[in-house]
Amino acid sequence: MLDRDQANDIFDKLRRLSEADEIELLISGGRSALTRFANNTIHQNVAEEAYHISVRSAFGNRTARASTNKHDDDSLRRVVQSSEALARVQHPDPDLLPMPTKEEVAAAASADCGDGAVNRYFEATARLTPQDRAQGVAAMVDVAKKHNLAAAGIFSSAEIVEGIFNSKGVNAWYEQTLAEVSVSMIGSSSSGWQKANSPDRARLDPVRMAEVAAIKAIESKDPRDLPPGKYTVILEPAAVLDIVGFMFWDFGGSALLEQRSFLNDRIATQLFGENITIWDDAYHPLQAGVPFDGEGMRRQRLKLIENGVVRAIAYSRCSAKRMQASEMAAKVGPVRPTGHGFALPSEIGEAPLNIVFASPPEGESRTVEQMIASTERGILVTRLWYIREVDPYEKILTGMTRDGTFLVENGEVVCGIRNFRFNESLLQMLQNVEVMGVPIRSCGEESFDMVVPSMKVREFNFTETTKF
Amino acid sequence: MKDIASRALETAKLRGASHAETRIVDERSRSLATKNGRIAGASDSESTGIGIRVIANGGFGFAATDDLSREGVEGCAARAVEIARASSSVKAQELYLVPEPAAKADWVSPCKIDPFSIAIEQNLDLLFAIDAALLAVKGVTLAEANMNFRRYEQWFYSSEGSEIHQTTVTSGAGYAAYSFQGTEIQKRSYPNSYGGQFQGRGYELIEELRLLEHAGEIAEQAVALHAAAQCPEGKFNIILDSSQLALQIHESIGHPIELDRVLGMEANFAGTSFLTLDKLRTLKYGSEIVNVVADATPAHGPGLGTFAYDDEGVAAQCTPIITNGLFTGYLTSRDTAAAIGATRSGGCLRAENWNRLPIVRMTNVSILPGESPLTLEQLIASTERGILMETNRSWSIDDKRYNFQFGCEVGWEIKGGKRGRMLKNPSYSGITTEFWNSMDTICSRDEWTLWGTPNCGKGQPQQVMGTGHGAAPARFRNVMVGTAYKGSE
Repeated sequence: MLDRDQANDIFDKLRRLSEADEIELLISGGRSALTRFANNTIHQNVAEEAYHISVRSAFGNRTARASTNKHDDDSLRRVVQSSEALARVQHPDPDLLPMPTKEEVAAAASADCGDGAVNRYFEATARLTPQDRAQGVAAMVDVAKKHNLAAAGIFSSAEIVEGIFNSKGVNAWYEQTLAEVSVSMIGSSSSGWQKANSPDRARLDPVRMAEVAAIKAIESKDPRDLPPGKYTVILEPAAVLDIVGFMFWDFGGSALLEQRSFLNDRIATQLFGENITIWDDAYHPLQAGVPFDGEGMRRQRLKLIENGVVRAIAYSRCSAKRMQASEMAAKVGPVRPTGHGFALPSEIGEAPLNIVFASPPEGESRTVEQMIASTERGILVTRLWYIREVDPYEKILTGMTRDGTFLVENGEVVCGIRNFRFNESLLQMLQNVEVMGVPIRSCGEESFDMVVPSMKVREFNFTETTKF
Repeated sequence: MKDIASRALETAKLRGASHAETRIVDERSRSLATKNGRIAGASDSESTGIGIRVIANGGFGFAATDDLSREGVEGCAARAVEIARASSSVKAQELYLVPEPAAKADWVSPCKIDPFSIAIEQNLDLLFAIDAALLAVKGVTLAEANMNFRRYEQWFYSSEGSEIHQTTVTSGAGYAAYSFQGTEIQKRSYPNSYGGQFQGRGYELIEELRLLEHAGEIAEQAVALHAAAQCPEGKFNIILDSSQLALQIHESIGHPIELDRVLGMEANFAGTSFLTLDKLRTLKYGSEIVNVVADATPAHGPGLGTFAYDDEGVAAQCTPIITNGLFTGYLTSRDTAAAIGATRSGGCLRAENWNRLPIVRMTNVSILPGESPLTLEQLIASTERGILMETNRSWSIDDKRYNFQFGCEVGWEIKGGKRGRMLKNPSYSGITTEFWNSMDTICSRDEWTLWGTPNCGKGQPQQVMGTGHGAAPARFRNVMVGTAYKGSE
């Protein structure tokens, strides 16, 4: 694995080669491996070690980036030359700021950042071998065989590094491990699914996940066909994550300034139910990921939504400056760099991607089982699939249920049902949340990992059914 | 490169591999983007590395490294074999590759103007000119334009004796105008949404797209959508423009015909397929005028799925997928072809880059144009009542590829054979086979475009691949329209 000293050496070489006013190095990569299985067989099994060296050069208010995956002297010379050649011919950007100094980074960091340190590196995860992963898969396949099902999924592990260095003295480094298990259990007319990840492999229990997925497949076999319409739904955490993830890309200063955000003209209004409070918190014990942004600024904890009202949005240094000069500035809450910028130049700008839902007040959270028990008629949803935005301002999203969709009647799961297509406004959905569970770290395929609760939501809008 | 590959193949053999392949890749790319008068993206990138796929003990293993030193390559090959041995410990079925003769070839994709030879200033001048033209229209609140180039050179060597060198150049460009007004964000794109048009060609593609000429009209349409009537809900005859039909093909034909999906290999992630093996040559997929091919050969055109050999050394082929409405073929690889009784792979195994395992992928999955001359305007003139929909805005389909819903950027009411008022927020939905069986007319070759889809995601770790889709405007009868907004009033 590339370490911080080696990365420093690479930056020193780049700096000596640079003719630009300023230079920045983003370096990322590591070792990763993924064992993939289907039909109770490991059919794909891969590993790689690679690093991405990305250099940004700036001449006044002109900047550009070049990258390479090689760090021999010739490649480093070439990547510096490429970034400089590209930067020199850019049109000037009046809003481009000089690269931050280490003093600016320190000054912008607040009590909300702590010391910026997190420990998410676990030796046991880093040491996982192909044989270890195969044994984990074999245990899940045994569960499938026991239930006369076919198992499919992945068992992956990785150790990654990410660093940022600039000619103003910024020098930030991060190391993390991550193990991930996803398992589907396939029956003749149904399927079940579970997925989890953690920096610490010991927190994953593949056999338990396989058992839960198997039970879902068994209990949803021979699904009934229900008419589409508005139903009360119980969304498991993965389903909540899948759908709510689509809104956080709008929680950035650039999105508002470019008027592509559904929050335009809506900040500080009662947009969601009073029971919805959401943080962005890179330091939460259940979160993962780099605690600094694409310029090296420490991520700050943000209370994005408080009791249903949007109170804060994320900024890069540049978007904060632009917002401060904008006529919107008085209407959008606190405006300051929050450490959420993407590497420059960026089409997106910034976004909060360490989402943590606040727990319901003591005594008000409900387990999925309690939600089922309190439901006269509704639909239990394991996960959602192929979600896309239908309407960007009303935030109507479409997608499908998948891998375990059930009818709930009189407080009990009655049977599996054929999968529904939904067309649901996120604004409506988060106004209609009746109860929530305790937030947990969750992952899916439609959005980034978050700390989210299960939710019981009334009048969820299913518009069509499919054939299975 | 041959020396590097030989080290990998030799090491794999010494470690006990019964089969080995290496792909050494040298990639260069450039991406430029503007947004509201500013640079939004300016980056050059290069990447070099080796990927080694082996079979040992009857299991697959794959390892990749960017370290092309002797130690790096030999270590990578040894790791691939170790992984293959671990794979073989969990298997319910034997691995079998259908035979493929060894090939020696050198192929370069057609490229008249090397895009990397064009001055960056010229690229930026065009993007900023488009940006200015879009923003010149009152009501446009966001203008985005982009241009992308890639040169991908690959050396493939196998333990069976193949030595294949291929170089592909791809180019792409496009733009979008957004308008925020009241409680709506509307958008129009040219020549297609989500990045524009992409083909396996040089800068000549950018010149032929005549980007700047269309900017004013596109911007005006984005603003005009606010005042347009909402697309109605109900069953209508619809006409899809060729770019939307290309995406319809991608989602409801291209993915379900991937044989690895059919066999359950993607069940945990991308899903499976309704096209179970019993449906081959028995399912009436579409109406009799529906003819679809998966054609990777250069003769089909410079699509993103055009090559001479796939990533396991199988020559490019043209496979009939739907023939006069009958389902006739899958996309296959050497390890899946035997499942349908084929003695040779269809040549559809492709990898995103050196560090990814090749998997079954679309090549150019295209619908053939109608044989009788028919323009879009003539098709509209022959439609008494219907809706023309242009340019994709949203797309979604279930994990067996039955139920789909697409939204488009703009619709046009058709009454009495004439294009009438503009409709906003058009959408349509249906079941794949019912939809393709409702197609009653398709325009002819002059209206046919080989579109590029540069962002098709599949596999774990996920791979993003370019695919090609030739399509001409076509009409579909009694399609469900408008459900995307149903219940949201």
